[in-house]
Amino acid sequence: MSRIAAVTQRALQKGSKLLIPYLVAGDPNLETTKKLMHSLVDCGADIIELGIPFSDPSSDGPVIQRGVERSLAQGTSLADTLQIVNEFRQQDQVTPIVLMGYLNPIETMGYEAFTQRAVDVDVDGVLVVDMPPAESTTLHQMLRNASIDTIYLVAPTTHPDRAVTIAQHSTGYLYYVSLKGVTGAALTDHASVQKNIEALRKLTDLPIVIGFGIKDGDSARAMAQQSDGVVIGSALVARIGELTGLDAISLEQITATTDIIKEVRQAVNSAS
Amino acid sequence: MSEAELNSMTFDGPDESGHFGPYGGIFVGETLIAAVEELQAVYQELSSNEDFWREYDSQLKHYVGRPSPLYFAERLTSHCGGAQIYLKREDLNHTGAHKVNNTIGQALLAKHMGKSRIIAETGAGQHGVASATVAARLGLECHVYMGAEDIVRQAPNVYRMKLLGANVVSVDSGSRTLKDAMNEALRDWATNVDNTYYIIGTVAGPHPYPQLVRDFQCVIGREARAQSLEQIGRLPDTLIACVGGGSNAIGLFHPFLEDEQVAMIGVEAGGRGLDTGEHAAPLNAGVPGVLHGNRTYLMTDDAGQIKETHSVSAGLDYPGVGPEHAWLKDLERVKYVAATDAEALDAFHKLTRLEGIIPALESSHAVAYGMKLAADMDNSHCLIINLSGRGDKDIETVAKIEGITL
Repeated sequence: MSRIAAVTQRALQKGSKLLIPYLVAGDPNLETTKKLMHSLVDCGADIIELGIPFSDPSSDGPVIQRGVERSLAQGTSLADTLQIVNEFRQQDQVTPIVLMGYLNPIETMGYEAFTQRAVDVDVDGVLVVDMPPAESTTLHQMLRNASIDTIYLVAPTTHPDRAVTIAQHSTGYLYYVSLKGVTGAALTDHASVQKNIEALRKLTDLPIVIGFGIKDGDSARAMAQQSDGVVIGSALVARIGELTGLDAISLEQITATTDIIKEVRQAVNSAS
Repeated sequence: MSEAELNSMTFDGPDESGHFGPYGGIFVGETLIAAVEELQAVYQELSSNEDFWREYDSQLKHYVGRPSPLYFAERLTSHCGGAQIYLKREDLNHTGAHKVNNTIGQALLAKHMGKSRIIAETGAGQHGVASATVAARLGLECHVYMGAEDIVRQAPNVYRMKLLGANVVSVDSGSRTLKDAMNEALRDWATNVDNTYYIIGTVAGPHPYPQLVRDFQCVIGREARAQSLEQIGRLPDTLIACVGGGSNAIGLFHPFLEDEQVAMIGVEAGGRGLDTGEHAAPLNAGVPGVLHGNRTYLMTDDAGQIKETHSVSAGLDYPGVGPEHAWLKDLERVKYVAATDAEALDAFHKLTRLEGIIPALESSHAVAYGMKLAADMDNSHCLIINLSGRGDKDIETVAKIEGITL
């Protein structure tokens, strides 16, 4: 059983919801990202989505764009991102790590080299935002052969027939995009989320987590009530942005930054 | 690929999933998939509908002023002292460039799909102006995304768009140029997907854009082919066009692809020289990758980040190129070369003085290479250069380079 499946099963069996924070690798620098990841686990994160920085993040809103720009200003690459996972694993062999990003850095590294390195550093899942299942054949198969989970998005605009195909391609969990728009946008239409999640439940047995538009405890609770868990990105990345420009980042500053995940953990627990 | 496979190739791509060989495809976030598929279905239906094309042709004739002339450049020809040089005069179109051929077609699609709001990205501002123009003409709301850097470089076009009623949105992310404007337009589209039509300005983006933009631009090549037969009495020997995203070039080339005797040359922006790295020539100096919805040649660094490009011409200042060009390069059906900023500026002046035609800086790249090539050719050789736009928009840029304040 994959690490993601194990964590998911354990959570769902005890009636708990998944909490999945997202942060950009190398924002504001590699060392801090690693510390933030450990701190996120301490705050109750079940899985961590680690963003691979890319110069043209066209599915992301302004907050994550700025996070990516901060990371790229440090010269962070996909190779560095994988190295962070490697170092994280030296202390934590339990928490699943999902790499989330855009296809071009992976194409440039080469699918085979990327898959091999992901296996070596113990990556658990990969989500490529701009690679729909129809374009994913080669990379998808390589990741599967390497027992790495392949995670895809389902959007409010996704046709039901297509949702079935996406669910068939997905392992680990299905990521439901809560709104039409980019990461960090405001979520307003709770009713349509509920309706769409109910429809998705009939199409797949995979755990369904909701992301985009979750910014605090209240929105996390509301979404967790309808699903198996939540992804929270922009709200965390905005806080990480406040660490930029500091010479040395103290442990207190790290825990103050990840504090929001504690709050969201409590809110999500109350939804269970 | 074996020679036999190459020889059996036809040029009627893309395939059903939007691929030209290994290039093209649909690489967008899930939210946009439904919109892209809707466009695909509508276009498939309309592209075989005669009434649609009749309306399109009528707009081109009465609103754009087509057909554009195929003009024999007599003094330029004798100056170069070789091949006979003809210019396909897209600069004479309404709004001053080939861009309007596409925006009219796509605005008709938008109307047919019942979309009330159109968005566009623009670099030099020509596609923005052409989009704002058709939006005004058809009474549609229009938002144009433009890099903050380009807004400064192309102030007259920004004002033109505003006069036409468009909202020009300044893009401050990334390198603040065309590629970032395209990212922002994609974000807008994902957010307002229900009522919004995205008019992409070149033969790039997710399928079916490279196909439909090409189809709308093919009027250039169809006219040029008929005009050659009528005016010259035969097909031309060589076609030359500048390539940024590559819509004017594919428009000229495509109707000639099956004519084996016709050579074709795409001229990319060589900037300060290919060896300096400061250019916008992915087909000459890039590698295949994925950006803005399609797989194609790109300018990227070793880590796969998209590089900042440089060209004196804002319209060519883009790190990618249409996927069909990538395929035509690999097939060696079209040869891709580069002209530097300096060569383009020289051609800009030469054409202005010799023919009384001020070319766009983009088109000046094609003129520069065409002049060089013509000089080495026999005078029985006929060469068509696509004069994709007029240079009125560029006079401030040129004056500034020469230290003149207007």
